[in-house]
Formats: sequence, structure tokens, C-alpha cells
Amino acid sequence: MLDKIGIAKRIAQELKDRYFVNLGIGIPTLVANYIPQGIDVEFQSENGVLGMGPFPFEGEEDADIINAGKQTITTLPGASFFDSALSFGMIRGQHVDLTILGAMEVAENGDIANWKIPGKMVKGMGGAMDLVASAENIIVAMMHVNKKGESKILKKCSLPLTGVGCVKKIVTELAVLEVTPKGFKLLERAPGVTVEHIIASTEAELIIEGDIPEMVID
Amino acid sequence: MINKKVNSVQEALQGVENGMTIMLGGFGLCGIPENSIAELVKKETNNLTCISNNAGVDDFGLGLLLQKKQIKKMVSSYVGENAEFERQMLSGELDVELIPQGTLAERCRSAQAGIPAFYTPAGYGTEVAEGKEVREFNGKMHIMEHAFNADFAIVKAWKGDTAGNLIFKGTARNFNPCMAGAAKITVAEVEELVEAGTLDPNQIHIPGIFVQRIFQGELYEKRIEQRTVRQK
Repeated sequence: MLDKIGIAKRIAQELKDRYFVNLGIGIPTLVANYIPQGIDVEFQSENGVLGMGPFPFEGEEDADIINAGKQTITTLPGASFFDSALSFGMIRGQHVDLTILGAMEVAENGDIANWKIPGKMVKGMGGAMDLVASAENIIVAMMHVNKKGESKILKKCSLPLTGVGCVKKIVTELAVLEVTPKGFKLLERAPGVTVEHIIASTEAELIIEGDIPEMVID
Repeated sequence: MINKKVNSVQEALQGVENGMTIMLGGFGLCGIPENSIAELVKKETNNLTCISNNAGVDDFGLGLLLQKKQIKKMVSSYVGENAEFERQMLSGELDVELIPQGTLAERCRSAQAGIPAFYTPAGYGTEVAEGKEVREFNGKMHIMEHAFNADFAIVKAWKGDTAGNLIFKGTARNFNPCMAGAAKITVAEVEELVEAGTLDPNQIHIPGIFVQRIFQGELYEKRIEQRTVRQK
């Protein structure tokens, strides 16, 4: 089973040379720490920065330079700042190659829910609806089951949707799943996790073809 | 040169009245018009509709106006950092319109640019699309969104000049340039106000035509919401 860092490391393997990538809050933010050797990627943050770098050294934080999670950050050579309309122009205009974000639920048709639990929690969608409606490639980082042990990988989302038919791939603590026109296809197992365990933890049907390889995580 | 300089935040916010719709720049606590928010608290202007990406935190930013119950309605994209906000919203005291962040930015920009409405794919198939016109373009579904109609836009810039020209710094830019000129009156507060002619015209982010009143703010706290660092 993977921890959050493991999920981030596995998703980092999906990064390709010359990709512009938007990272959501939470596990996706960690992906930036595990960029594969030998490739160049640039991170976009929707609050208005391209070429985001690591956190600043202590004492060098600048309140005017943050990411979309409101964390203090630095910029790398070649970085740029811009306003929110231009930022979402980059996103809607599909200039950003890959979006990695978290979810509360994903359905087998690629629907995603991550912004509201009616009557209980309303944080808002932030930029997630714009991102999922426009990005060509969307990978979700999430836990396979909730704290009660119930599956968050569903036939149909129960929570208000963030976007429809948009998720392409999911990486959880248990598995890598691909969203296909026929439903979820099990691609990989987390280290030490059996196919049976994944089936038992997934409400949706899984397409399982042949032996399912174990993820390779450094 | 048309002089936009006013001498105080009080003068800048003259005409802001109960029940008005006000746009305020900022992302989280980054790039918010601190002086103007403090003045609105002091003025006790109430029944406000505030258009701002976030709602501050409990004791800073727009959270200060929420504490005093001066806000009737919030139009935002993300409000997760404010417990008092969530309480007022879930209890029904506060009317809230949550809209996708890119749509929020574009509704500001449209108001600034004289575009009454536009189509975006954001929110299609979700509750955000309820009651809105849906149209297919190039095989993809879109919903129609309208430009905002606000009484005041209050923006914060790093530097400005007496002609109202603005330069922003870092990610404190965010919604501020989109809101300048997007309301009947735009007020800009800046950290440093200089005479017209001092700033390089090549470096201006927002031309003074979008700004009616400009003043130099004081004592910027610039609170950091999430201080994240790494070790040397």
C-alpha cells in the first residue's frame, strides 16, 4: 500500500518532457518533488505563476509570491507572473498539458466530485471546474476508500459534480486505474496489494486483463 | 495628465453605500486591498455584495467584514480557509454564490472589456450550469456566463502613479488587473504612489484609464497564510 508520498512518486512517472503541469492542492503538490531525471517540466499555478520553484529558504519567504494553496514559493529561471484571466486563458485554451488534482469521488465514466458535501462542507471549486473542463489530460490523486472504508471509486458519483467525463487516470494508495469508454481498467497494483483487495475496495466494476503488474516506486 | 490621486482612504471610498456590490482583488490574503477593507469595517457599511476570489481568514482580509456581518452575499470560487464564513453560509445567514475561478476572472474581465456574456466549458454538467444557456461549439458543451455589474472595484497594486497607472508584484497581481475598470468606480490602493512620468510606460500592467481614484496605503501587514519553507 502506498502512502501520500508514494502516490506522488507514482504520478510523477506520468510527467513527460516539455510538459506544462498544473498541480492541485494536497498530494498533487508533492509531485513536484519527484520529477523524473532528464526531463524538463514547468509548473503552473492558477493564481498567476508559471515556472514555480520549491519552497523558499527560511527567512526568504515573500508574502507576494505564493501558489494556489496559499503556500510561500519561489520561482525558477524563465518564470513569469500574470493575472487570473490570463492564467485561466492558459488553462481553458489547453496550453497546460496535464492537470493533477485530488478528488472525493470518481465515477467509471470519468465524472469527478471534489468541491462540496451538501449540508456539511462547502469549500468551493476554486479553479478545479475550469481545469477539469478544459485539460486534455487529467490525473487524479486520491485515497481509494474513505475513513469508514467505503469506496470512492464508484459507478456513479453521489456528491455534486466538479466535471463530467473528464478523468483519464487515477492513482490511489492501492492501484493505478485508467478510465476507458468501458469503465475502469486496472493497470497496476501498489506494492504488496492483491488484485482481490483492490476489487473489494472498489464499488465500480474493474476491467482486469491478464496479470496486473506491481508498481515500481523508487 | 488627469490626476487620480486622492489623499486618504476615506476620500477614496466616498460614495460606497449600504447594499452596494463591490469587487475586491486578491487571492487568499495575497494582494488584497488591506487599507480599504479596514476602512469599510470602520465605516460600518453593510448589506454588501462582495465579489472576491476568497473570503479572507477569520481575523484578516474579508473575514473582518464577515465578523461584523457587513456582507450579505459573497461571490467567490473558494472559501475553505474561513470557519466563520462556513458557519454563516451553512446556517443561511450569508448568501453565497460559488463560481469557478476562471469564470470569476473572466466575468470581471468581461465587465472591464465591455463584453456582456461569454461561453465557457467550466461547470458544464454540474450545478453551476443550472438555469444557464448551454451551447455546443466544436463538439464541446459550454455554458453562458455574464459579465459582472459592480458599483466599486477595489484593487491593490505594488506601485502606481498619480495618473492611475498600476504595476503589480508577484502573484499579488491575481484578480486585481481583471477588476480594474470592471465597475462603475475603480479605487486603487498602492504600496508606493509616485508622480506621473516616474514609471516606465513600458512596464505598466494596467493603464490609468481603468482607475478613477488612487492612494498610497499604509502599514501593509501582508499576512502569509501558509508559511512553507525548506532547510538550507
